[in-house]
Amino acid sequence: MKQEYIITIFSENNIGLLNRITINFTRRKINIESLTVSQSAISGISKFIIVVNETEERVKRLVAQLDKIVDVLKTFYHTSENMIFAEIAMYKISTELIYGNDELGEIVRNSGAQIDEITKDFIIIEKSGLKKETQDLFNKLNKFGVMQFVRSGRVAVTRDRIERLSEFLKTRDNELEKLN
Amino acid sequence: MLKNITGSKAVILSLLEEGVDTIFGYPGGAIIPIYDALYDFKEKVNHILARHEQGAIHAAEGYAKVTGKAGVCFATSGPGATNLITGIADAMMDSVPMVCITGQVASPSLGTDAFQESDVVGISMPVTKWNYQITNGDEIPGIIAKAFYIAQSGRPGPVLLDISKDAQTHILKEFEYKKCHQIRSYLPEHQINNKRIDDAVKLINEAKRPLLLVGQGVIISHAEKELKDFLEKTGIPAAWTLLGLSALPSDHPLNFGMLGMHGNYGPNILTNKTDLLIAVGMRFDDRVTGQVSSYAPQAKKIHLEIDPSEINKIIKVDVPILGDAKKSLSLLTEKVKPNKHTKWLEKFRQCDKTEYDTVISKDIHPEKGKITMGETVRIVSEKTHQEAIMVTDVGQQQMIAARYSKFNNSRSCVTSGGLGTMGYGIPAALGAQLAAPDRTVVAFIGDGGFQMTLQELGTIVEHKLPVKIILLNNDFLGMVRQWQELFFEKRYSFTELQNPDFVMISEGFGMKSSRVSKRENLESSIQKMIDYPGPYMLEVKVEQEEDVFPMVPSGACVSEIMLTKENKDLKN
Ligand SMILES: Cc1ncc(C[n+]2csc(CCOP(=O)(O)OP(=O)(O)O)c2C)c(N)n1
Repeated sequence: MKQEYIITIFSENNIGLLNRITINFTRRKINIESLTVSQSAISGISKFIIVVNETEERVKRLVAQLDKIVDVLKTFYHTSENMIFAEIAMYKISTELIYGNDELGEIVRNSGAQIDEITKDFIIIEKSGLKKETQDLFNKLNKFGVMQFVRSGRVAVTRDRIERLSEFLKTRDNELEKLN
Repeated sequence: MLKNITGSKAVILSLLEEGVDTIFGYPGGAIIPIYDALYDFKEKVNHILARHEQGAIHAAEGYAKVTGKAGVCFATSGPGATNLITGIADAMMDSVPMVCITGQVASPSLGTDAFQESDVVGISMPVTKWNYQITNGDEIPGIIAKAFYIAQSGRPGPVLLDISKDAQTHILKEFEYKKCHQIRSYLPEHQINNKRIDDAVKLINEAKRPLLLVGQGVIISHAEKELKDFLEKTGIPAAWTLLGLSALPSDHPLNFGMLGMHGNYGPNILTNKTDLLIAVGMRFDDRVTGQVSSYAPQAKKIHLEIDPSEINKIIKVDVPILGDAKKSLSLLTEKVKPNKHTKWLEKFRQCDKTEYDTVISKDIHPEKGKITMGETVRIVSEKTHQEAIMVTDVGQQQMIAARYSKFNNSRSCVTSGGLGTMGYGIPAALGAQLAAPDRTVVAFIGDGGFQMTLQELGTIVEHKLPVKIILLNNDFLGMVRQWQELFFEKRYSFTELQNPDFVMISEGFGMKSSRVSKRENLESSIQKMIDYPGPYMLEVKVEQEEDVFPMVPSGACVSEIMLTKENKDLKN
């Protein structure tokens, strides 16, 4: 059964690696729902968070292929339940529309969103949360017309107490030592 | 420590530090500085100028397969580099260690569509184990060290380094070479898990009808002796994949032949009767498994494998043993109980007999009709006393050569397995001969494949490499014709070849050549070829519409193997 999985890749910070990672998805015709790259808690190590909709079987095999990339340190995959995650969405709405419309003002006030900027032409609203929540807000606002909308890739952390990578790095050091 | 040397010289010195003595390549504008540096080292490195970059890279593959060391290949930017891609993809599929070095336009021109610029790093990414673009000459020694380490360790594979022209001319203030032994993000090999060994031992001791599958991993990890010890102690029959050929001597009493589509009858049909499969360094390619869902569903499975991504990729296994096959096999041998499996082996012998009577005897000892590929291969194998390195191209001739050549020694089969690259044979043979100057190298090539890389005959002649090329000419793209015959109602759509005078062509290159079309002259022609001290091309006019059997049709179950075209459904 297909479901949402969050793939976390820890890697060296090298040029071209994103390409090497994504061709593994393209080749297997797996669509990337969202992708975020940032530094991890460990300096020099990048963290990719990639969301896909797939069967666990295929995700497992994909993760094994990603792990094989020379510059990749370690790849994990989780279901959404095992992670705390969020996305940020921004909405641009005409100022005139809001002031002329009580219902719209109400929606914005009750949405838990924050207002980033107001000009005489437009208002920028920002909301973070689950995709469903930011999408709901979009649907409501869009009844009146949203001029621009954008949602970030997902950021996520595990519920574990420590970054699993640090544990991994310790065992890796051990393994490498035994090899030589 | 050397001071103030060019990046190009650093490239050559680094290669020397890695023990490189042979380079296959083809120059061009973007790699001239490296070739210029090479000019001063002509005594130390043998550079083989191929006639096409595809020739260079397949030759490097042949060299790598025979030596086990990385094959090294040079090409210029743009078309030079793109011409390497087929060979790189081939090496990736077949786990061949390779270090390819391509020239690139100067770094300020990158991304401007400069003359002969192509995004080689991008293009080669899906088919390399690792690749890297060097634009800073100071990186050269470190990156080359890394390249060799990655190409040759763990599951080997091709690495490509793209070096910009300004990096080649850059002056390195100091040059010091340190070999690479470790990369934090890369674990080439796992420690063997003893619990898994115990689990496997239990399955092996309990098995009544086990079968061991020999993959190329046995050869790569130099585990031929460990394999033999294991088999002889347990009495387990073995069969090999195309790339596992020659890991176990052909005449070994536990060697029951080839697996898969054109493999032997016993190993295929009995796959679905075994209670335990032990796969060693192989990856359950579809040409081996046939239909996956009906592949040995009854059997427990043990998989000895160095690459974690191969575990459960195609076939779910009960006991995966990650690690180097040489080590895991010897751990297993230590712990397993001796056994004989006499009755079970008898089943294989019965199958051998059935196959011999229905297929093999008329293939290799035909009495009428035109010369067959099978008898040619048999005679060549006999006359070289099973000591030759056999190279093949792709198609019917490849399958026949694999089925009927016999081997006493490992690393004697050089063939394109996973990619099935036509045009591989002639250049790979020249690489193999350079890797083993004292061994006889015979290459079986089809008339189609011959015409894909025949320009390398020139390279063979130039270097006086005594390669023996046996052109099995059926005036057809034989393997495709066979499929059209069997599965497309004999509609021979574009598979008939209008061929040139091959003898004249080879002679044009200065290669001694002859042609044989009558059975009574076959042996003497082959003898003449083998006795000839230099390169030789023997064209054998063979039966035009010969089919390779047995055959597991694509997508069929291994036990649905056809022995002849008449008994498509002979089952056990
Ligand atoms: C580069 C390439 N193109 C096409 C094919 C598909 N193909 C596989 S076997 C074959 C026929 C080979 O004919 P020939 O070289 O005459 O050898 P034969 O099968 O007759 O021994 C073809 C076209 C291939 N394997 N490689």
